Amino acid sequence: MCTITPISLTVGANRILPTVAIPHPLGNPNITKEKEYELRYSLVERAINALQTEIKEQTIFEQ
Amino acid sequence: MIKIVHYINQFYGGIGGEEFAGYKPEVREGFVGPGLGLNSLIKDQAEIVATVICGDTFFNENMDQAKSEIITMIKKYNPDIFVAGPAFNAGRYGVACGAICQAVKNELKIPVLTAMYPENPGVEMFVKDAYILETTNSAAGMRKALPALGKFLKKLINNETIGRPEEEGYIPRGIRVNYFAEKRGSSRAVDLLVKKLHNEEFTTEFPMPLFDNVEPHNPVENITQAKIAIVTSGGIVPKGNPDHIESSSASKYGKYDITGVDDLTAETYETAHGGYDPTYANQDSDRVIPVDVLRNMVKEGKIGSLHNYFYSTTGNGTAVADAKKWGAEIAKELVADGVNAVILTST
Repeated sequence: MCTITPISLTVGANRILPTVAIPHPLGNPNITKEKEYELRYSLVERAINALQTEIKEQTIFEQ
Repeated sequence: MIKIVHYINQFYGGIGGEEFAGYKPEVREGFVGPGLGLNSLIKDQAEIVATVICGDTFFNENMDQAKSEIITMIKKYNPDIFVAGPAFNAGRYGVACGAICQAVKNELKIPVLTAMYPENPGVEMFVKDAYILETTNSAAGMRKALPALGKFLKKLINNETIGRPEEEGYIPRGIRVNYFAEKRGSSRAVDLLVKKLHNEEFTTEFPMPLFDNVEPHNPVENITQAKIAIVTSGGIVPKGNPDHIESSSASKYGKYDITGVDDLTAETYETAHGGYDPTYANQDSDRVIPVDVLRNMVKEGKIGSLHNYFYSTTGNGTAVADAKKWGAEIAKELVADGVNAVILTST
């Protein structure tokens, strides 16, 4: 899970999930705590789905 | 006359093949095997005064003992220069050549030289310790390797300045040398770009490290039973950074117990990372490693469990070789702990 996905591709990560921003990949300080938790939950949920997805090559899991 | 001691394995020493790889170190006066050709290339200024022969398996299985015995043998001849190989793509021989070069350089403080194929494991392990000339991958390349060694030896004999790797034929050691360039960086960069656009040959001033890709792993089959672990290069550490992980160019990683931790707070966790604004991670480290969400997902039965340790380092300026080594160590522990999948977060 990272924000700068081209770096993840360069270093060879296989399942890549784009995140929010470099200093807070899994959060957003500009929204309420509750909304932020929901955002993080949905990102992690997508990561969990990515882990269960069969891939043949490096894959970026876009929205 | 400059004195040189040469190191070769049991095969080139004429002892025998694989069945003699357990051969213990032995020293002989003068040159042996490939030393004959090498000596003839430098004989007007230098002489191979002794040759150490050791079996590849013996060296690799008893490295400390072999090194200390061989150093004692070499010392007696008080050489000015030490040469090992060439080892081509023989793995154990390459490791032996690299290891003995490193030991001689550190203990006898004399120039050391060896030669092998770039993919020989001895290169990665010892490229910083010795000049390693590039050879082909098999002994068929001896005809080219010896003159290259002879030419380089002459430079060492005459105390000449050793130039850049591509000029001198040695494998880059990752050492940067300061020099005064005629043009400033911006115009050199434009020159490179123009050459590239014209499809002309150009040499980068900053080669990027090579990363090796791996086959994608199979998907997790039963996620509701799976044990998930967190690893991060975002530098999240317990408050106070107990292991003193450096804010950049980290020399280590940390392993932290989160048994009973359901939420990371400003009072308990922070980031050690110096490459991004730490404000948001310090307020709430769940923004970098989602411990709160994963704990709840366990309660909800969405995943089996969260591994009770997370691994963390700061990923800015970190040497690729170190990162690779740590990655292998961490993966080994995670597998041993029964972890089925990892979420790696990066800032």
